[in-house]
Amino acid sequence: MASSETALATGQRARGLAPFLRSQMRNIAPFLTLIFLSGFFAFASPSFATLDNLGNILTQVSVTGIIAVGLTFVILCAEIDLSIASIANVTGIAVAYFTLQESYVNIANIPLPGAVAIILSILLCALLGLVNALGLTVIGIPSFIMTLAMMQIAAGISALLVRGQIAYKVPSLITTLGSGSIGGIPWLVIIAALMLLGGHLVLTYTRFGRYVYMVGGNREAAEYSGLNVKLILGAVMVISAVCSGIGGMLGVAHFGSAQQNEFDTYLLDSIAAVVVGGTSLFGGRGGIGNTIVGLFVLGVLNNGLDHVNIDSFLKILIRGLILLAALVINVYAQRLREKAAD
Amino acid sequence: MPEVRSPILELQGITKSFGGVEALRGVDFALHPGEIHGLVGENGAGKSTLMKIIAGVHTEFSGRFLINGAERHFRSARDAHAAGIAMVHQELSVAPDLTVAENVFLGNQPTNALGLVQWRRMAREAGEQLARFGIDVDPMSRLGDLPIGLQQLIEIARVLFSGARMVILDEPTSALSPPEVERLFATLRRLREEGTSIVFISHFIEDILRVSDTVTVFRNGRKVAETASAATSKGALIEAMIGRGGEALEHSYTDDLMLPQPSDSSVVLKVDQLSLARSLKDISFEARAGEVLGIYGFMGCGQQELSRILFGKLKPDGGTLAVDGSLKTFASTAAARRAGVALVPESRRDMLFHKEPVYKNISISILDRISSLLLKPAQERDIAQRQVEQLQIRPPVVGLDLGMLSGGNQQKVALAKWLTYPPKLLVLCEPTRGMDVGAKNDVINIVRDLRAKGLAIIVLSTEPETVLSLADRILVLKRGALVREFKNEPVSKDRLLEAA
Repeated sequence: MASSETALATGQRARGLAPFLRSQMRNIAPFLTLIFLSGFFAFASPSFATLDNLGNILTQVSVTGIIAVGLTFVILCAEIDLSIASIANVTGIAVAYFTLQESYVNIANIPLPGAVAIILSILLCALLGLVNALGLTVIGIPSFIMTLAMMQIAAGISALLVRGQIAYKVPSLITTLGSGSIGGIPWLVIIAALMLLGGHLVLTYTRFGRYVYMVGGNREAAEYSGLNVKLILGAVMVISAVCSGIGGMLGVAHFGSAQQNEFDTYLLDSIAAVVVGGTSLFGGRGGIGNTIVGLFVLGVLNNGLDHVNIDSFLKILIRGLILLAALVINVYAQRLREKAAD
Repeated sequence: MPEVRSPILELQGITKSFGGVEALRGVDFALHPGEIHGLVGENGAGKSTLMKIIAGVHTEFSGRFLINGAERHFRSARDAHAAGIAMVHQELSVAPDLTVAENVFLGNQPTNALGLVQWRRMAREAGEQLARFGIDVDPMSRLGDLPIGLQQLIEIARVLFSGARMVILDEPTSALSPPEVERLFATLRRLREEGTSIVFISHFIEDILRVSDTVTVFRNGRKVAETASAATSKGALIEAMIGRGGEALEHSYTDDLMLPQPSDSSVVLKVDQLSLARSLKDISFEARAGEVLGIYGFMGCGQQELSRILFGKLKPDGGTLAVDGSLKTFASTAAARRAGVALVPESRRDMLFHKEPVYKNISISILDRISSLLLKPAQERDIAQRQVEQLQIRPPVVGLDLGMLSGGNQQKVALAKWLTYPPKLLVLCEPTRGMDVGAKNDVINIVRDLRAKGLAIIVLSTEPETVLSLADRILVLKRGALVREFKNEPVSKDRLLEAA
């Protein structure tokens, strides 16, 4: 015992390498999936393992990554946010709505200075997040249902703003960040990286981050410890909405247009990235590191399937099956971890 | 007493142990047709273990098990049920959102040839059967809308309609109002007339004496007495339960313990006319600095609810709380914590984070004191290390996951959470439940130290020993009302039991 105490004190279990690895399975398994997928596509297609394509993958996962930062907070608290894609969509549309469009765009919009447009759009997504937060904490609607309603509400606002039309122009700052690049690196990738880093720092080094993990780990115990659980849950819902909003604005600039239903695939992609990365849907375990691995698994999968020569209609099915396999591996890895803890 | 007939159920020399500890030692037990058999004994005396053997929950034991003279060995609760034995547990297990009729026929609704439920027939039959017990309710009303007592009667009725000839009732009266108790007793007597045998477990000895024909007393896994109810008294039963002059346990609290002169230090908590639905009625008391106030009562007497109200987890329906003289209505547990109130609930599972290291468990309630934005892990570990040493938590490793500690050490961690910045008022629920003697004494010493530091401490327990070993003043809570205060006077376990 005495010899192992220093190791124990640093939070590791010094009972040999194998038990330690087993206890880290939650983090290792998604990583192994990533390596396996990358290896497979590199072998199957010569155009996959190139620097150019790495850049493509990074750009392709950036918007999902920005949205997934906030979602990671929510899932760590053992809640869910189904309104992320709709909120991204409505925020992207709002920022275009407040920008002067070309004359051929038939939308009765309100042109404002760029900075004001951006601030108003951020306020809009924060407000929608606040509605989610109040529904969840004050009224007591389960987050699954509350955010399902918000999904419709945000989609409804989007529909009213664009009325089936397409807007193209957004403030120049957003255009730069969404589609410009610096020194060959897209701003979008840099922003995603900074937001992921920020999320990681908040979760790991701040008091609020600790509270998020503790509320997710055992909500009852958090309450008996005198934490304001409702405040923390409310805060993660607002964070999630604001991250989605930022993702939505940059996404609109990246795609070059703002229209209804533009972000529909981002809901499942974001949830998949967080969960495939190994963050537990039951809360308290995982983090931004896991989300990053999950994003890469998803990015490599989406991108790699385009590099190999298979029926494009089959790709969707294959994608689903591989995601399922990754989740199954995670569940088994988690069981191994729990055995290691016994 | 029923006329002498051969017993319907007979147990001979039952011994049952859990991991080397004997819960029952050579117990004989017999139940006759048409008999109400009362069972008394302290928590852990072996009553529930015996009943769970009878109900087929525990299937591994030694001894003989006879029904109508034939030896049986149940493999499951289903076997026991098939043999006509049913148990009604202390916690209601009804489906409040279903109708009365659905609850009565839960699991065996009458169906037609197509497998569809025959609602009209079900309602009619449920109504008829309930009427036999003097229960007059609309069978199609929602069960959850009825008073708890009626729900309990309907649950018992359901068990009986399922064909049970032997029914075990575990603490059936703890949640009932006096008229509801009367109704239950009338029902039990009618069942006895019809030949059903009933085992009635209760802490309320008056109830046992009123309704049962025979009483059996358990102590430390043995049957220590069996008498006709008419031939005994409350005092005699309490004496048999706790064993005056019997085997010397760790402590025998049968002797009078002198409570000290009440303290006249400042009032930290003043509770006035607190009430909560069916759980608490007009509760008023004060807790003072440097004093341990014990609140004793049986399971379900309202202790849990009271402790939750003090910590802002439950909102009372009426009454006021004042901490240090200022009125408080806690909107959250965070507000209670800021006002200087701390709670250690009876269940460690509710209080601790099993997959997190010890130091995070200790620091969680004081994080806002040591860090405004960024965490200071080194300081957290230092604080935790000091607490671990002070409370002698084993192993003394703050980085270890909490789940790897023993129960007693986990309980100390639950206390340690509140000790770095001591609260004004510390509320402890069952602080020594399930602990070994050593750990128990450690906790007792910690509480005494805190009292010496001037904290107001409230100890709520269903175990008389816990209250007696800690409290300077004792309140007795009975069915949601304070019925007796012991202060500056001799008190003993049997006096406490007598008052409850």
